[in-house]
Amino acid sequence: MREILVISGKGGTGKTSLTAAFAHLADNHVICDLDVDAPDLHLLLKPDLRQAHDFYAGFEARIEPDKCEGCDTCRQMCQFDAVRAGDPCPTIDPLKCEGCKVCVQFCPADAIAFTSRHCGTWYVSNSRFGTMVHAQLFPGQENSGRLVALLRQKAKELAKAGGQQLILSDGPPGIGCPVISSLSGVHLAVIVTEPTPSGLHDMARITDLCGHFRIPVAVIINKCDLNEQVAGSIQAECRQKGFALVAQLPHDPDFVHAMVREQTLTEFTSSDTVQRIKQAWDQIVALAMDKGRGRNKCTNIACL
Amino acid sequence: MKVAIASGKGGTGKTTVSAALSSVWNRTVIAMDLDVEEPNLHLFLKPQIFGREKAYIEVPVADESKCTYCRACAELCQFKAISVLSNVLLIFTEMCHGCGGCLAICPEKALSPGQRELGEIVWGQAGSAGFLMGRSRVGEAMSPPLMREVKKKLQVMLEGSAADVIIDAPPGVSCPAVNAVMDADVIALVTEPTPFGLYDLQLAYEAFLPLGKPMGIVINRAGLGEDKVYDFCRSRDLPIWAEIPYDRQIAVAYSNSQIIAAVSAQHKALFTDLADKINQAGVIAGAVCHA
Repeated sequence: MREILVISGKGGTGKTSLTAAFAHLADNHVICDLDVDAPDLHLLLKPDLRQAHDFYAGFEARIEPDKCEGCDTCRQMCQFDAVRAGDPCPTIDPLKCEGCKVCVQFCPADAIAFTSRHCGTWYVSNSRFGTMVHAQLFPGQENSGRLVALLRQKAKELAKAGGQQLILSDGPPGIGCPVISSLSGVHLAVIVTEPTPSGLHDMARITDLCGHFRIPVAVIINKCDLNEQVAGSIQAECRQKGFALVAQLPHDPDFVHAMVREQTLTEFTSSDTVQRIKQAWDQIVALAMDKGRGRNKCTNIACL
Repeated sequence: MKVAIASGKGGTGKTTVSAALSSVWNRTVIAMDLDVEEPNLHLFLKPQIFGREKAYIEVPVADESKCTYCRACAELCQFKAISVLSNVLLIFTEMCHGCGGCLAICPEKALSPGQRELGEIVWGQAGSAGFLMGRSRVGEAMSPPLMREVKKKLQVMLEGSAADVIIDAPPGVSCPAVNAVMDADVIALVTEPTPFGLYDLQLAYEAFLPLGKPMGIVINRAGLGEDKVYDFCRSRDLPIWAEIPYDRQIAVAYSNSQIIAAVSAQHKALFTDLADKINQAGVIAGAVCHA
């Protein structure tokens, strides 16, 4: 079984639109939306929910006023500035509380409750392109790394049970916890970038992260006609680091036109952009399936 | 006054708006990039850098000669950063949130404070605006600890000389995004009139509503896509503070590291008008403005 992850570092480069197109083009696969903070893939794939599960992760502390003796130990020990002095007793800001339990442990009056956090919901669905695993974190919650790990685990179980050989995942933006959790151990990271200073800056950071985890990299330059000079810098970066440049796509308003109709671009039109996406997908599959480029034998210079 | 420029969806134009707004702000202002995973504001403001320093989080370091393997630290740690196996003590530094619980609970004083590098804090001046950013170390999983350190630096800068603050927030609606906007007086949500833009705007609105701060909308790439985002704003009484037209000229200017307010007088007027609207909302909410 092979896992392909579409990521970008910078948000808004076209990860989800391209993942949806790949989901249309792929055979025998499970689809996974790992952007659990702001998931959008379901807006194009319109899945029918098969299962919904509550997601609990971590804990939050709450001071019980009838037990609190006002000693202030909790406020002094909290490293996250989550305890606010108050009358008759302090209160804990749930947005700042990290759930570390320090205040609970050291409260001499045993006055702090510690309850598990209901952080979101995760789903198994049927989409027109196959089984889909996705989630929605409640706004303002943390721990999305754990939810990402859970989704990947479920996708693997479903793929194994259904005999699918491929897991195609839409990743979150950034390079932090949810991205690290999405990336570790995948067979290929497809990085969608754009020829802007932000695209270039963020691509360097996400490819460094891929190097850190020894993940092979393929690159798609979206909106490639926006700035030829910056596009040239990205091409040079790919050559130098040994990344496979699998597509250069023009700035194409059809991506939005398709989105408004709740279609993938590959369903919406058969334009030149679509032909390029099809060629890119063939290359991506070949790279991900290449046994010689397994994750521990990566030939990228960035991995050495 | 502190103004947060946020959005649920990435790539809607937070940095474009933050840079343009900083360039037209008519009082002393510090532009602060809190998107520490992928900070981009400096690419547009091109600040003169005055200083940079590494930021760290306090993590435990073990002196195993003192450890009795009593497991108190491992049992308290909520983040699986410490593991005790019969007579081996393992510390997974990358998992540590820096709560200090293990240091406080160890009866043998076998743990002492060490450091994990979070990233760097960079500050300087961009034209008339002060500049401050955090940039996480590649491989660092947690952004809120670095954001806290950047905010401490901001406090020091503000004590030196009072200023308004424009915060370029990270995308998403989880912990880092909320952390970036929680200290703001006013939140401007940048979106685009597409299904993705609308869906993520709804998430951002729900995430930030409990903070009780005035919010307004900036619609970027107006004219592209569909009108449902306008219906949403109307239904929630969310004022539309600015519409940036869908214009290839703007996208090209962005790709050339240009501040959009500098493209033409018309573009500049768009952002001075946005600054006025934000100011009015802030003043009504009781924000303190700095001359």
